[in-house]
Amino acid sequence: MHRFANPTQFMRIANAIFPWVAGLAVILFVIGLPIALVTSPPDYQQGETVRIMYIHVPSAWLALMVYGTMAGGSAAFLIWRHPIANLTAKAAAPMGAVFTGLALVTGMLWGQPMWGTFWVWDARLTSFLILFFLYLGYLALGDAFEDSERGDKAAAILCLVGSINIPIIHFSVTWWNTLHQPSIMKLGGDGVKSSVDGSILLPLFVMLGAFTMYFFAVLILRLRSELLAAKIRNARLSQAAVGDALGQAAE
Amino acid sequence: MAEYFNMGGYAAWIWPCYGLVTLGLVGVLVTTLRGLNARTREFEALKSARRGDGA
Repeated sequence: MHRFANPTQFMRIANAIFPWVAGLAVILFVIGLPIALVTSPPDYQQGETVRIMYIHVPSAWLALMVYGTMAGGSAAFLIWRHPIANLTAKAAAPMGAVFTGLALVTGMLWGQPMWGTFWVWDARLTSFLILFFLYLGYLALGDAFEDSERGDKAAAILCLVGSINIPIIHFSVTWWNTLHQPSIMKLGGDGVKSSVDGSILLPLFVMLGAFTMYFFAVLILRLRSELLAAKIRNARLSQAAVGDALGQAAE
Repeated sequence: MAEYFNMGGYAAWIWPCYGLVTLGLVGVLVTTLRGLNARTREFEALKSARRGDGA
């Protein structure tokens, strides 16, 4: 595990898997979008609006997965001071905020025709809105300190405290009586079961895969960018230090 | 064709969803690539400046 804490080693692995995840993302989108938008049948109750599910559920899934990634990164950063773990969390955060925003907006655009309202303060929707604010808080807190390391630590602590919201989101549809429907996937002793027909599960799974691969591909690009930013900062600092030393020597 | 785009009367909900998600995913990708390019240029400039010092 600690082997991956070395930035060079880590980026070597990340760069090696990048073409695969990027290629898979493209392939899955090319396969998934026509199935989601054209060939899959309308739902017997929801009609064509079921097509919103093929992007709403993947957005929501990524919103949660990105938060999980960030919580893991934040924990590794606080416990072992792994800089890569912190950079991963920082690189992922804006993507998580975007996925959460998309899940909320597509949910509203689905809710209005199906429920007759854009928004209700039920447990699922409210806990998801809190997730959105947690992302915004994380991003704001990381930038709020003069000393960037203190900002990183504060943001990492916020992320860990906020992770209590993740199981709340997941179980909200079971614990409370929500307008939002419960999960269509049931994990039982005999594997994953679903009450939904395969013709609707297929585009859902392909799009889930496409979104997930997209996330990994863009995350690797963002990590490259974060590492470069760190190198630039270090180079500037050492340049300033040399400059100071030269200045003092001249005096 | 027009019937397809009408989406059984739900066009006003379905197409904006797909449009916004596309905008979001493409937007993140473009900002990421722009940031990466800008930082790569900045880093290269720093490196060549340091070599130029002759230190």
